[in-house]
Amino acid sequence: MTDVAAPPRLAAERIGSAAPAPDVAELERTWHERGGFWGWLTTVDHKSVAKRYIITAFGFFLLGGILAAAMRLQLSRPENTVLGPDRYNQFFSTHGTTMMFLFAVPVMYSLGLYLVPLMVGTRNVAYPRLNSYGYYTYLVGGLFLWVSLVLNTGPDTGWFSYVPLAGPEYSPGKRVDVWGQAVTFTEIAALVAAVEIIATAFKMRAPGLSLHRLPLFVWAQIVTAFMIIFAMPWVAVASQLLPLERLVGTHFFNPAEGGDALLWQHLFWFFGHPEVYIIFIPALGIVSQVVTTFSRRQIVAYPAMVLALVATGVLAFGLWVHHMFATGLPQMGMSFFTAASALIAVPTGIQFFCWIATLWSGRPRLEVPLLFILGFVVVFMIGGLSGVMVASVPWDLQVHDTFFVVAHLHYVLLGGGVFPLFAGFYYWFPKFTGRMLSPALGRLNFWLFFIGVNLTFFPMHELGIDGMPRRVYTYLAATGWGGLNLLASIGATIIALSVITFLANVAWSLREGDVAGPNPWEADTLEWGTASPPPPYNFAELPVVEGRGGLWSRSEARPVVTGLRSDLREVLVTTVLDAVPDHLHFQPSPSVWPLLAALATGVLFISGIFTPWGFVVGAALVTLALVGWAWPRGKELEDQRRQEQRA
Amino acid sequence: MSSRSVSRRAAAALAAGALVALLGACEREARRFREVPPTVTGMAVVREVDLQPGNPIPVVTARSPYAENAYAVSQGKQLFQAYNCVGCHANGGGGMGPPLMDSEWIYGSAPENIVQTILGGRPNGMPSFGGKVPATQAWQLAAYVRSLSGLVRKDVAPGRSDHMQVRVQEQSLPEQRPRTSTVPPASERP
Amino acid sequence: MTRDWLQSALEAAGIQSARLLPLWRFMWIVSIVVFVLVVAAALWAVARHRRDAAPPPSERGMTRAILGATALTIATLFAFLVLDFSTGRAITRVPHNPLVIRLTGHQWWWEVEYDDSIPQRHLRTANEIHVPVGRPVLFQLESGDVIHSFWVPSLAGKKDQIPGKENSVWFQADTAGIYRGQCAEFCGYQHAKMALLVIAVPPDSFSKWYDSQLQPAAPPADSIAARGQSVFVSSACVMCHTIEGTQAGSNVGPPLTHIASRRTIAAGTLENTRGNLAGWIVDPQRIKPGANMPPNGLSSADLNALLTYLEGLR
Repeated sequence: MTDVAAPPRLAAERIGSAAPAPDVAELERTWHERGGFWGWLTTVDHKSVAKRYIITAFGFFLLGGILAAAMRLQLSRPENTVLGPDRYNQFFSTHGTTMMFLFAVPVMYSLGLYLVPLMVGTRNVAYPRLNSYGYYTYLVGGLFLWVSLVLNTGPDTGWFSYVPLAGPEYSPGKRVDVWGQAVTFTEIAALVAAVEIIATAFKMRAPGLSLHRLPLFVWAQIVTAFMIIFAMPWVAVASQLLPLERLVGTHFFNPAEGGDALLWQHLFWFFGHPEVYIIFIPALGIVSQVVTTFSRRQIVAYPAMVLALVATGVLAFGLWVHHMFATGLPQMGMSFFTAASALIAVPTGIQFFCWIATLWSGRPRLEVPLLFILGFVVVFMIGGLSGVMVASVPWDLQVHDTFFVVAHLHYVLLGGGVFPLFAGFYYWFPKFTGRMLSPALGRLNFWLFFIGVNLTFFPMHELGIDGMPRRVYTYLAATGWGGLNLLASIGATIIALSVITFLANVAWSLREGDVAGPNPWEADTLEWGTASPPPPYNFAELPVVEGRGGLWSRSEARPVVTGLRSDLREVLVTTVLDAVPDHLHFQPSPSVWPLLAALATGVLFISGIFTPWGFVVGAALVTLALVGWAWPRGKELEDQRRQEQRA
Repeated sequence: MSSRSVSRRAAAALAAGALVALLGACEREARRFREVPPTVTGMAVVREVDLQPGNPIPVVTARSPYAENAYAVSQGKQLFQAYNCVGCHANGGGGMGPPLMDSEWIYGSAPENIVQTILGGRPNGMPSFGGKVPATQAWQLAAYVRSLSGLVRKDVAPGRSDHMQVRVQEQSLPEQRPRTSTVPPASERP
Repeated sequence: MTRDWLQSALEAAGIQSARLLPLWRFMWIVSIVVFVLVVAAALWAVARHRRDAAPPPSERGMTRAILGATALTIATLFAFLVLDFSTGRAITRVPHNPLVIRLTGHQWWWEVEYDDSIPQRHLRTANEIHVPVGRPVLFQLESGDVIHSFWVPSLAGKKDQIPGKENSVWFQADTAGIYRGQCAEFCGYQHAKMALLVIAVPPDSFSKWYDSQLQPAAPPADSIAARGQSVFVSSACVMCHTIEGTQAGSNVGPPLTHIASRRTIAAGTLENTRGNLAGWIVDPQRIKPGANMPPNGLSSADLNALLTYLEGLR
């Protein structure tokens, strides 16, 4: 890879059809990804990688959902014996770990990996091979967790793995190590994605797409990416310290040897709370895009929206102690975290008000994506309000670690994550596939999901107040919790029906759905300015942006970037603030080395739970893979020479 | 032989190897709460000499159900503390009783020998816990005692405990190849 | 078991839980109002264009509306914070002259120790906490293994029991009654069946109970019970349990000196009846899989004698 100083020949725009049309056939050849299995393994196209991410994450969502269904079956009546405590503990731990680390976070940033390059008008993400490495690392981690579960080695200490329960004395075997390393894999993948999104969104925007014109979805992805970079290292440290305790016998968390059991909780929640916002903020971005498109007007108070996103991202780091109110920290200290937890409701509130104002002043069309946004408003409001309640120390001391919190977190994550995700999916499916999802099935999907979620989770508030703790594999009949639990289990069945409807819709629409065309929703952002699905090079001619968003503010002239070579994988790098063309960047071709590096990473972390030598051998393998990755080869050298000659 | 069939065979061998490794994982992680283990009454006679009159009598051994089960070994570790085994054996280093982390075994190093030692007692000080310690727990204790001299797989042996560290964690203890030893003369015993 | 207890944050039976009720009512009412307003506004924003072409409001008007709504949000949150802090302060205030109980969480039962300045009056029991009505009770929370959390919703909020950390919590039962609580921090296999009962009684019956609990175990009443006692001390029971006045003195499991005076066995899981006790002794792993009590294959005569003996330990 070589960076070349800004060449003077680069004309920022071309007016009308005066300049020669780009050689589309040559672009196609240059950016083409090989077909077949080998091509599948080596691709570095951000759309292929992101699509894989989305499908894999959704696969894990289904698996996690199956575990949830099994748990609801077990809890549907008192003293049920469908699952014993051993299996139940593995199921709820793997459910939480899967939904947080393998579904919610990856699916959100993978939408970013697909859409950010399109929305900012460039040809690929900044570091395509790294991107592919991120996906394979994630896949290895996810498969590792799930194969382990099938082999009765699934983690059984919760998605939070509190020590000492998860420590060497009380969790024999390798179950907790599996948790730790599976989490480590997903951390690496998330960090990779964050780097991709930041570099792409800051440095590869189309000329004219200055920061104050950036679509809110991209803003949300940027904020999330920075949060990942600041939050994930904490859990990466924690998830390595824990296997160290268990394998080598360190004493970080052992109070008898000067360690501290609470240290784990601080490390985990300093990551764990921002994690929730790492899921929620991209969802806010989706909501903003969908609201904009279906109101047929730009969002009201755009600067306030951007500031609210940034404020949410910053404040999210000041809340972690509200997961630890019952641990006996000083009351005075906890008050600050109560205040911060209440404060974060303000930027979220501002965004709600702005969306409502946008809908109010626009001409809303109640298509399926907007329906899901209304569902988001209702469900997330309930979760947000119960969130303010649990921010109160005295109230939280009652409902902490009870089904009230189970209700709260599912309202927040389903309301603030999955409803917008469904909206986004119905919204962008035509862009991904070229076909529309069926609106009739979409409405059925929505109503089943809406009813199911409320039926499942609303009764849990009451159960928590009535004393039912979380993470229990059963409960006594005399507690009187049977009725509401049965109701919740019936609700879970309806959620399952809704997800089946969604799958059926996808399966049917892929073959029979209406052909979408480039811009079926008449939306504003740049991804709708190219074909559906987009060609490998995204845009035949990179657009020049003249106003906020892109398409709605386009002048008759439709200026585009000229001067990019079509026989090389060349992309335009622009300045951070104003997106002024800066230089050209030469992108690498498909390669199998990211896959090999991910497999070497897999050897490192997986063998590392059995013997410390695993780290040594694994590190050597990773080094070899990275050397192979960076080693210049024939075609690349030749491309590089050609580019240098021209410069 | 075409390259395809070679790679197919290699894949099959790899899959088979992986399967074996994975089944090992299953045994390591099983939690068997209600198991009734084999009894050792009248079995596992420890012989100090190989000579015997008449035809050799085969030694009947009961296989340890917990030799490769991490949960059972860890339960054994808890019981080792709870039942005050440390009172005489300390944390494996020995005191009033013989050390358990060396290579010397007076009454046999096999799990069934140890179970018999626990349940039946031995002359010169080891009390009999028969009737007091259930067979399941005796097998768990035996599995743990073996881990003290590195006779249990590393991925099965316990890690450090949540107390003051008194010695290297069990999974890092070196393997001591068992040697038959005799009861030390009274003068050498503490 | 029939439900004769209270177990709800909103069924307050003591001052600590009762202090929450105004806060709860405030949060509940405000939440409903906010929810209705926001959802109605969102729905109306979408629906109002259905009828006719509603005139778009001015951008300036909308900015004002957003500012107003934000200011209202901040004001409401501020009111919430004031109420929350005052409630929090009241709850953490240390009581005068409390009864001090050391409560240790174990996998999966509770060890209850009443401190007394006279060593002979130090009392150790399990899973059921008797307290006098109208007197504050201060709990010193400890853990014997992993993190547990002590929570009796009708009396007070929860507090974690963390190894290596000294925590305390207090409550005061203002009405006599039984209040159930469950461990609230995930602690392994039997987290679900780690319950306790707080039994609040008038002060004089409390001291009567206390004195009776200080007595050593009742001697066997008849020959069957005597056989039961010898079964106890010669079988696996003796390895873990204490019965004061006999050879059994191990502190691994719950003390059983006055087991017959308890309402429940197996940490609030089963009603204390002869049948339940028999089932628990013979096959505890069916009732609480993973619990630390092993199965006991006693002969039926031995089991019967043992049950008779235990039933006599009032």
